Amino acid sequence: MSQLSLETEGDRFVVVKRRFKASPEEVFQAHVDPEIIKQWMLGPDGWTMPVCINEAKPGGKIRYEWSDGKGGGFYLTGEFIELDAPHRIVHVERMHLPDPTPDNRIETTFVKDGNGTLLTMRMTLPNEETRKIMLSTGMEYGMEASYARLEKSKGWSSSN
Amino acid sequence: MVQLPVSAHRSLDTSFAALADPTRRAILARLAQGEATVNELAEPFSISQPAISRHIKVLLESGLILQRVEGTKRPCRLAPESLNELQQYLEMLRAGLEMNYQRLDRLLAARKVTKNDP
Repeated sequence: MSQLSLETEGDRFVVVKRRFKASPEEVFQAHVDPEIIKQWMLGPDGWTMPVCINEAKPGGKIRYEWSDGKGGGFYLTGEFIELDAPHRIVHVERMHLPDPTPDNRIETTFVKDGNGTLLTMRMTLPNEETRKIMLSTGMEYGMEASYARLEKSKGWSSSN
Repeated sequence: MVQLPVSAHRSLDTSFAALADPTRRAILARLAQGEATVNELAEPFSISQPAISRHIKVLLESGLILQRVEGTKRPCRLAPESLNELQQYLEMLRAGLEMNYQRLDRLLAARKVTKNDP
């Protein structure tokens, strides 16, 4: 069961849960090691992360820059608040689309679950205005590939 | 507290395909503010009315929107069970995260193999 669960908590938070077949140490490492982050936190195929700064210590900076290889892209900045390897990370982040979205405080926990790890990520639910911006611009990047696959499987192609 | 009603889950594949296109998402966002005619929907886009009509047809077939006849006009509105803006956002977040996590699954499995190599 690797299916991701995503639930809202009141009208202010989103809680994401996902299991991984690896130890908490390995999953934690994949969230703080720039060389590993660059290989998976990418969105659709074809996107890369040419800049990945992750200073994994309280007060340390985060900067991820994504590129679609065709001159398109955007970036995210943030700061670490707490780190308790390999159990817990608390950080704030904002996307630049290009105007910065309001700070999103994210708490990520890694709990041993049988042979694997249960990852739980609790984040701030963006307000309606921010969601609209994300829907129309930044978040779109992460969706096109999976949408396109489904669209193809349904025989519905883009008609303009 | 799960946001998606059962009906939304049932039609999610169809909804996803309908949502695949930025123009169709913009049409839905416009209809979230209230009923609009085909001409009104076409206005913000630099594409032909036949193209807009095709997008509307896909949205109608997906059940996300409804259309009624009023003289020569065909006003559209969001279907009651259509994904609202919050649900659209959450589904977008879910799909984006899942794509990354599946990539991380493969990476963790590959690292495990490398590590266990004698």
